[in-house]
Amino acid sequence: MKTLVTNIEQQARQAGRDLRFMEVCGTHTMAAFRSGLMQLLPDSVRLVSGPGCPVCVTDPSYLDAAIELARRPGVMVATFGDLVRVPGTDSSLERERAGGASVRIVYSASDALVLARECPSKHIVFLGIGFETTAPTVAWAIWRAARDGVRNFSVLSAHKTMPAAMDQLARDPGMRIDGFICPGHVSVITGAQIYRSLCERYAIPCVVSGFEAWDILKSIGMLLGQIVQGRAEVENEYSRSVSEYGNRTALELMNEVFEPRDDEWRGLGRIPGSGLGIREKYARFDAVKALEVKFVEAHINPLCRCGSVLRGISTPLDCHLFGHPCSPSHPVGPCMVSSEGACAAYYKYERVA
Amino acid sequence: MCLAVPARIVELQENTATISVDGILRDVDVSLIEEPRLGDYVLIHAGFAIHRWEQTEVEELRAIRSAMNLWEAIP
Repeated sequence: MKTLVTNIEQQARQAGRDLRFMEVCGTHTMAAFRSGLMQLLPDSVRLVSGPGCPVCVTDPSYLDAAIELARRPGVMVATFGDLVRVPGTDSSLERERAGGASVRIVYSASDALVLARECPSKHIVFLGIGFETTAPTVAWAIWRAARDGVRNFSVLSAHKTMPAAMDQLARDPGMRIDGFICPGHVSVITGAQIYRSLCERYAIPCVVSGFEAWDILKSIGMLLGQIVQGRAEVENEYSRSVSEYGNRTALELMNEVFEPRDDEWRGLGRIPGSGLGIREKYARFDAVKALEVKFVEAHINPLCRCGSVLRGISTPLDCHLFGHPCSPSHPVGPCMVSSEGACAAYYKYERVA
Repeated sequence: MCLAVPARIVELQENTATISVDGILRDVDVSLIEEPRLGDYVLIHAGFAIHRWEQTEVEELRAIRSAMNLWEAIP
């Protein structure tokens, strides 16, 4: 560990300027905070949290649609636990559940499919959020439901893909990102090559990183090495899990069920080709079509800065709501709800009393 | 959300594997990885194995955790 830190210090001195590296993935954010590695970095090297927290980037109109579905008789909403406490315009799934709506927390999309078999009188809607890591598991559930002729199961997809969002951040001159710590578990599925065009187009160093503090420090050293040597390449620190071309089975399944579409990101706006819609072939498992879901513009607290926190231009401490009234027990925005949200990480590990 | 943990397959039946994480057992789906075998170390995300580690890769994680002076064992 000490060698890694010494190496970072030496290279930061050689670089001779302030550097901002974005850890795109929320799991990296949490790992960095939990381990305290920020304190080991020289003042000239800063880590900035990115948009890699699926709950945080989910558009609030999606939440309102999920809440409306949960209120319908005959519908049961199945979701990962993170999403239930995120406030929509005037409620949350947690509040709806307390009021008697049918909302179940599941561990996986396949658990939601089991619910469909166990509750034939209900239509189970699985809330499909997550990046390339999660999308294949949901694709599997849809594919399996189609194969088995399940009629009471659908997915409300807000799945997103990472490279288009990173592309948008890289070309934003206000961002000043000197390198990306690329999301490790997204890359398990996509392979490290997914960042190559982004890296070449913007001449921005990219390192795919694992999740131990050691991995993240090594990745920071690799990014610094590229900057000192004037290189901009995709390097793979997490080669114990990430190959060049990823998990072929998962990618094929994802491609079989989903197709790219434009999508809304909280904080980043509409990004072309950054979402995953369900293909026409599987339309009856698309909750939007099967249950005629309408998306209406949501109204959220205008003081909430989740949007600019997700772009790395504000820290949670810049937000007037941070700590009071917004806290993990009374979250105002999604970045305080999700265990991977930057506000939750700041609240837990960095809060100044 | 993109959290994934390493675990060891202790039972295997068709596409369902029982895995052990720190001694806690649970069933996961192994449809997304090729040729899962009993005793394999796999990376688990949202109820699915998404990657199978080779022995050298397991050893790499052991070495990293040992360098960090972590006593937590790899299951």
